[in-house]
Amino acid sequence: MSKYLKPLAIALATSCLAMPVMAEKLGLGRAALPAEIAAWDWDINAMGHGLPVGSGDALEGEEIFAEKCAACHGDFAEGVDNWPKLAGGAGTLDHEDPLKTVGSYWPHLTTAYDYIKRSMPYGNAGTLSDDEVYAIVAYILYSNDLVEDDFVLSDENFMAFEMPNATGFIVDDRAEAEYAIWSGEPCMTECKDSVAITMRALVLDVTPDLETNAGATEVSAAAAPEPTPEPEVLAIDMELAAAGEKVFKKCKSCHQVGDKAQNRSGPVLNGVVGAAAGSVEGFKYSNALRDAAQDGLIWSQEELAAFLAKPKDYLKGTKMSFAGLRKEADQAAVIEYLKTFE
Amino acid sequence: MSIYDVKKPTRRAFLRGAAAVGAGVVTSSAAQAQTADPLIVEQQDWAQSFGDGVDATPYGLPIEYEGDVIRRNVEWLTADTVSSINFTPIHALDGTITPQGCAFERHHSGAIDLKKSDYRLMINGLVDTPLVFTYEDLERFPRENHVYFCECAANTGMEWAGAQLNGAQFTHGMIHNMEYTGVPLRLLLQEAGYDTAGKWVFVEGADASSNGRSIPMEKALDDVLVAFKANGEALRKEHGYPVRLVVPGWEGNMWVKWIRRIEVTNEPVESREETSKYTDTLADGTSRKWTWAMDAKSVVTSPSPQAPITHGKGPLVITGLAWSGHGAITRVDVSRDGGKTWETARLAKPGEKMALTRFYLDVDWDGSEMLLQSRAMDETGYVQPTKAQLREVRGLNSIYHNNCIQTWWVRENGEAENVEVS
Repeated sequence: MSKYLKPLAIALATSCLAMPVMAEKLGLGRAALPAEIAAWDWDINAMGHGLPVGSGDALEGEEIFAEKCAACHGDFAEGVDNWPKLAGGAGTLDHEDPLKTVGSYWPHLTTAYDYIKRSMPYGNAGTLSDDEVYAIVAYILYSNDLVEDDFVLSDENFMAFEMPNATGFIVDDRAEAEYAIWSGEPCMTECKDSVAITMRALVLDVTPDLETNAGATEVSAAAAPEPTPEPEVLAIDMELAAAGEKVFKKCKSCHQVGDKAQNRSGPVLNGVVGAAAGSVEGFKYSNALRDAAQDGLIWSQEELAAFLAKPKDYLKGTKMSFAGLRKEADQAAVIEYLKTFE
Repeated sequence: MSIYDVKKPTRRAFLRGAAAVGAGVVTSSAAQAQTADPLIVEQQDWAQSFGDGVDATPYGLPIEYEGDVIRRNVEWLTADTVSSINFTPIHALDGTITPQGCAFERHHSGAIDLKKSDYRLMINGLVDTPLVFTYEDLERFPRENHVYFCECAANTGMEWAGAQLNGAQFTHGMIHNMEYTGVPLRLLLQEAGYDTAGKWVFVEGADASSNGRSIPMEKALDDVLVAFKANGEALRKEHGYPVRLVVPGWEGNMWVKWIRRIEVTNEPVESREETSKYTDTLADGTSRKWTWAMDAKSVVTSPSPQAPITHGKGPLVITGLAWSGHGAITRVDVSRDGGKTWETARLAKPGEKMALTRFYLDVDWDGSEMLLQSRAMDETGYVQPTKAQLREVRGLNSIYHNNCIQTWWVRENGEAENVEVS
């Protein structure tokens, strides 16, 4: 008899620990309404299931991109600072530091549509119309040199587009490629003849300084009061300058203004209106701009407006990767705003 | 306002102290005191008058002397903190449970405010009846409790090319381990009457990033939890309050926070996070996808660069963490000479499936340099590889799923540094 006690005890213990079993439905929750499902179910899978009816072309896409995406991703989808690069990198996947972009890496174009539609623009997600998303995706293909600028992308030709890296993925093969090798009884003694240090983190020195890490935000917040523009009372139309401040958002990812302004990918713009071109200290200008400066270019309002309208046409070889302010009103406004910074 | 502004011990000061102590202290086990300790022979304030009354802190925080034990960010890693990650201070913790307040955060569009009363979970797709659940509905399903680790696939990713960040917090801190309370996803799928032919579920968060991942149905029916409590209390905002997904043993990106929708489908979505990110590019340029499980891994948490030896030679506790996404940790070996010889460490408790395991090696340190390493084994017989072994198979361009053996170079003065060895 006693020999049965142990298994019984185990069985009892196991049944106490058993996972909840639900033979029947509990009747919890309520039926989702079609309108509710439609409001949330936006995902588009790799088979194209869920693609909405619509279309957009690369040229339209360029305009939308300049307005809504370029601040982070750059005008040519080349990426600003640490923000994702969406274009370039073709043929680099087997190189050191491959550049993984929509063009060079992404296996499915549906992923771009799905992600942009659901999650972009950053900080203003889910606000793009279906046609706008088609146009942006077309522009991203164009920036990757995969289509011409008159390319029209629509639900009808979408699935026919083959991504360059469509066949570049394999399903997880670690079980065969790795697990089989790295198992069994490991070596315990005399596992190597010698050991040498080949790399040190302190030499690289990229670890955050722990002394200043916590509370750093507060310190910098206290030390950096909002820069207050000092208006030139006589010459400035403050209403226009206020409008220009909004336009300047397009410039902000590269240019700073105000007391604490520093050169970033573009020079500080304090006092630029009326100044000699190429005169900001410490900024590395393009050869084109240095040549123009030597020829005596002064950033008068007229010259600035012409430059801002189409930078690359005005000054071939400029580093400023900005498509331009097409509207004259925007040019005037942003120049007025810049006049408020001496 | 940080609660940690006062007299925070700095690392540099700590290291200075460490060096001084290491050089000066007599480390004989029966050290003889020369003068009476004033902390003992003089009556201290705390032994005479009152401490704080109850309710001094309605919800307790760590005492100020522990102010250095916090999550930390590496600013140069990301462009913006709302789409970023920080690191659990594993070098300063012991045991296995990670307190929520210092458990690493990973957001794609920031941690959102979502009230329980505003929370909705939809199940749609290949189901008999698409359903909407409220938070209250979820609390009426049978619940389970499980301890699981959650590790970001990018943990240790910065170390692929070589030793980079100097601290276990930064090299291995994209991990936490909590006791979750939640409803098995299986029960919710049953409630909606899922189509048994459906091969996948697509899970999606309610935040602006709308993070979405495809999970094979087999896993969804196995051990995935729809969780609303962690370590006994409500999830923290930064971990997906009020409800997140728990996908045991699989990469953290799949543990969708603020989960709002579960769709039963026939095909995977192949979303951004499962194609352009969280895929592993090999030397020849092809990339592995669907590398969901986190392979066995371990790290010595102390001594380590942020936790140097301050007591000089003599008894020393070497400790660390081990885990595997394939099951329980069965053994951890520690090497003090960079992998020439290994000793089997003591597990604080038998390993639990897909949960952190604490290991200890109690040694008599002779004060000489050490190249400290740990090597985990799991119940499948898998042995944690070296970085060289990983590179041999995957090349140098990988980012995610770096589970290599880590080396700390501990100097005679007790300071430690992240190094790579031959």
